[in-house]
Amino acid sequence: MSTPRKLATALLVAGVLTAALAGCASGAPGATGTASTGGETPKLSRTITVFAAASLKSTFTQLASDFEAKHPGTKITLNFAGSSDLVTQITQGAPADVFASADAENMDKLTDAKLTHGAPANFATNVLEIAVPPSNPASISTFADLARPGVKVVVCAPQVPCGTATETVENATGTTLAPVSEESSVTDVLGKVTSGEADAGLVYVTDVKTAGDKVKGIPFAESDQAVNTYPIAAVGTSKNKELAAAFIATVTGSEGKKVLSDAGFGTP
Amino acid sequence: MNRRSGTGYTGIPPWIYAIAAAGAVFVLLPLVAMVAKVNWPQFIPLITSESSLTALGLSLRTSAASTAACIVLGVPLALVLARSPFPGQRLLRAFVLLPLVLPPVVGGIALLYTFGRQGLLGRSLELAGIQIAFSTTAVVLAQTFVALPFLVVSLEGALRTAGNKYEAVAATLGARPSTVLRRVTIPLVLPGLASGAVLSFARSLGEFGATLTFAGSLQGVTRTLPLEIYLQRETDADAAVALSLLLVAVAVAVVGLSYRRPRVEAAPEGVFR
Repeated sequence: MSTPRKLATALLVAGVLTAALAGCASGAPGATGTASTGGETPKLSRTITVFAAASLKSTFTQLASDFEAKHPGTKITLNFAGSSDLVTQITQGAPADVFASADAENMDKLTDAKLTHGAPANFATNVLEIAVPPSNPASISTFADLARPGVKVVVCAPQVPCGTATETVENATGTTLAPVSEESSVTDVLGKVTSGEADAGLVYVTDVKTAGDKVKGIPFAESDQAVNTYPIAAVGTSKNKELAAAFIATVTGSEGKKVLSDAGFGTP
Repeated sequence: MNRRSGTGYTGIPPWIYAIAAAGAVFVLLPLVAMVAKVNWPQFIPLITSESSLTALGLSLRTSAASTAACIVLGVPLALVLARSPFPGQRLLRAFVLLPLVLPPVVGGIALLYTFGRQGLLGRSLELAGIQIAFSTTAVVLAQTFVALPFLVVSLEGALRTAGNKYEAVAATLGARPSTVLRRVTIPLVLPGLASGAVLSFARSLGEFGATLTFAGSLQGVTRTLPLEIYLQRETDADAAVALSLLLVAVAVAVVGLSYRRPRVEAAPEGVFR
């Protein structure tokens, strides 16, 4: 066997390993440390893991680092993914202390599984906005423009929260969209717009803000027909409910409100 | 190749079997776990729903098309890599095999910047009236991109193993290169070509990342079975598991077929028929 064949085999093996590792990485995060910092620790110590909807990435990252600065000795580990993925992970035993969902339905799944500690609190709202490439090639200015023939519009599939919201707006306005693609996450919709593949996409206000000048946001009045509410709750299996409650209080309190509204979220 | 198999000596130390068994269990156990999760009373309705059948049909059609594309592009590529040394050959091979190790989503991004509307070729294609984004063609391109190395690797290995003795003889007897290729080389490596094609088909069938990134997801146009599974999982875990099992069954059938191919020593007979 000559070297090329060996190389090919090695590459094949490497490929399989990479795929396997990638699979592992997307699974549950490792159990987070329970290392307490000595005997006379301050009141709030140790680590909690927060599972939060992907749309909360920038706000929760900031809130967590502010929280850690305020309460020395604490460590907040964040895990961002689609809300339904996170619920599945928690019900399968992933070590989460706090869950922040992008919609009520996924929080309900956790409540139904009797895995929440205390009632979930609504802390933010989000509405849809039209995102177009900066040059706005299809000259979109209203929601009805999206239904014009020839306009390449990308939306979320009805199975995911942003798609449900899209359907609600369509029904409320009597507009029927003929999307070229129904993506399974709002990130994928935004990706199709930022790359210029699509003429327009329906995403959340906060996504447009996060994308900066890569897309142009076009708010539309009908978006208030579908307001998405974000609930947060402590997970019943948490070993550090005190710290979990303190972090939830930060998110729902004035500090959380400010960070969230700066990012474009509304108040419930 | 099979000279040593007759002696009964395998040269495998016993402890290897224990680890091999662990490896087999590692692969099989998740499949067993999935089968255990299937909602059997609902299985048939779940896999015969309109969206499931549409996705399966699209997957089979696009995988067949991309396998054809892999054969058309991959056979010459493997021949060049195996038979004619040239400067930069090792580099070319490394690049051709790159999609094997690349995360598919990276492949999707690369394809987007090539064939997308704003892409390297996309703009010219758009002027020519060809739009690839969000079309079934995009799915086939994504699948071909990730599956091509499987065909090239299989075939190049087969070509090197077969050697070029028969071809040299054919040439000295006055056969033109194209005739040698058609009458000697291809029949010799047919089993390797077949298994490469089957692997490409199986890889295309499972393609997810590049398709999602590059082609989008629309029922009947770009939403292949893996994308349908990913979407169903959001709301209906039973449907996702049932469809996963369907995909496993199709993949097992396809790969199983490739390993029931005739033995390699049968090939030379065919050559001189």
